[in-house]
Amino acid sequence: MASVESPRAQLGIRGGPLRAVLDPVAILLVAAAVALLVGSLRSPTFAELTVQGLGSGAVYGGLALALVLVYRATHVINFAQGELAMLTTYVAYQLMQWGLSYWEAFAATLAIALVLGSVLQVALIRPVQHRSVIAAVIVTVGLFILIDGVVNWVWGGDFKFMQEPFGTGSFDVGGVAIQHLYVGMLGVVLGCVLLVWALFRFTKLGLAMRAAALRPAAAALVGVRVEWMLTLGWGLAALLGAVAGLMAEPSQLFLSPSLMQQILVYAFAAAVLGGLESPAGAVVGGLLIGVFLTLIVGYVPAISSELQLPFAFALLLAILLVKPSGLFGKRQVQRV
Amino acid sequence: MSALLELEDVGARYGPVTALRGVNLQVDEGEIVAVLGANGAGKTTLLRSISGSVRRSGVVRLAGRAVGRGSPDGVARLGIAHVPEGRGTFVELTVAENLRLGAYTRRGAIKDDLARVHSYFPWLDDRSRQQAGTLSGGEQQMLALARALMQRPRLLLLDEPSLGLAPLLVAEVFRIVKELNEREGTTVLVAEQNANAALQTAGRAYVLEVGEVVLSGSSEELGADDSVRRTYLGY
Repeated sequence: MASVESPRAQLGIRGGPLRAVLDPVAILLVAAAVALLVGSLRSPTFAELTVQGLGSGAVYGGLALALVLVYRATHVINFAQGELAMLTTYVAYQLMQWGLSYWEAFAATLAIALVLGSVLQVALIRPVQHRSVIAAVIVTVGLFILIDGVVNWVWGGDFKFMQEPFGTGSFDVGGVAIQHLYVGMLGVVLGCVLLVWALFRFTKLGLAMRAAALRPAAAALVGVRVEWMLTLGWGLAALLGAVAGLMAEPSQLFLSPSLMQQILVYAFAAAVLGGLESPAGAVVGGLLIGVFLTLIVGYVPAISSELQLPFAFALLLAILLVKPSGLFGKRQVQRV
Repeated sequence: MSALLELEDVGARYGPVTALRGVNLQVDEGEIVAVLGANGAGKTTLLRSISGSVRRSGVVRLAGRAVGRGSPDGVARLGIAHVPEGRGTFVELTVAENLRLGAYTRRGAIKDDLARVHSYFPWLDDRSRQQAGTLSGGEQQMLALARALMQRPRLLLLDEPSLGLAPLLVAEVFRIVKELNEREGTTVLVAEQNANAALQTAGRAYVLEVGEVVLSGSSEELGADDSVRRTYLGY
């Protein structure tokens, strides 16, 4: 049983420019961008909500990208990705308690997350990976519960307060108050995403990681240490998760063990919307969902922010029903 | 001539099924050696047991040093390039990325190697940004050879390079294998069902039947052997 991509998908995501223009997904995205821009120019409230949505959306996108990286490499959905991000945010909190400045703690936390993700893959996932995907997925569910327990045990379940990374000020753009916070969230997450993309796109290591994920057997034959590449993939995913966690914290005003639980659902929705296999799709999906949810909550009085979560579930369901391959996904055809 | 590759009593099995039994084989530096046999005779398993992609028993030595088992990436780093069944193309990646992966085990610049590869396959240069999966079967086979060449291997293992190719292309592939052997001094072990093409290129050959070597000798001897002619050459 070989899984074969549809001929259209094989022929190239990178078609000619004309093809890209005529692509319905591209039309949809451009239309969405134009609608947001026009709305923002006409109404300051709309503009503020859009920026806020993009900031939160970047966080969803960052976590969604972490999910996609792991899924592409091993076909495992890491249910613990959000909790891992929460744990690393607590690590940053602890480092700041010990006297590091915010950005020193930020950098140190990313390094710790990279190591932690790699170690967890070696210790918990690698032993069961070859048995079945389901076994590995169940391990990640166990990991979710374990991390939750550990954090509650070490730091307690009460709210913690961290420094504000971007202050509480705002830019004044033509009468619209754009909070530093959301611009900062968007900038930091997208910056990290770009760095990860550059790693995959331009370095030998990144190429080897892609080869190991796509064709493990062939990659081993050219000398790639496939297992280590998968390990590193987990490390990078944990790093992106840490960025998402650290950027999620200021918008929630406090740190608690449930920091990432809602965001994980939004990230799932974002990853599915993007096509689950597409890194760019995950980020775009995250931004779309962030803006969409923020605008809905801002403009429809019946939907309060408590209703955001069921709404995200409904959205996830709708995507799965209408376009299960997502915006950027390739339709998989199974030859039996 | 010294032995580059030696196999001593090599066996392999898939679960309860024995695929290879007591194989002794030797390939000297600079030789082209063919492994002939029908479908299921164990040719692919033989190559896999050398490159470590299948669990094996027995001893494999490269230039007198034992080759470890069970780690194809380690074997690749010893300088063995294995072009597997199905060519091992990274179909989702570009032609250029496939070539870069070929040179993965090497350090330093690969510019000279790219130039060398393009001297054998000039058309690859124009296609470097094309997705490898969009190449034709013949082109993918050439790309697989080019990828292996990027590795600068001491030993090249080729699994059924003629598979699915038109006769003219088969001749072209073997012509290039011969050229690589003569110009680069690459030692080649090629598993092939197309005995005709293989015997014209290889100096010596082994014949596998149900996982065992039943016959070996120079290509002339084997080509003149009645049973080989009837079974594998068809005249």
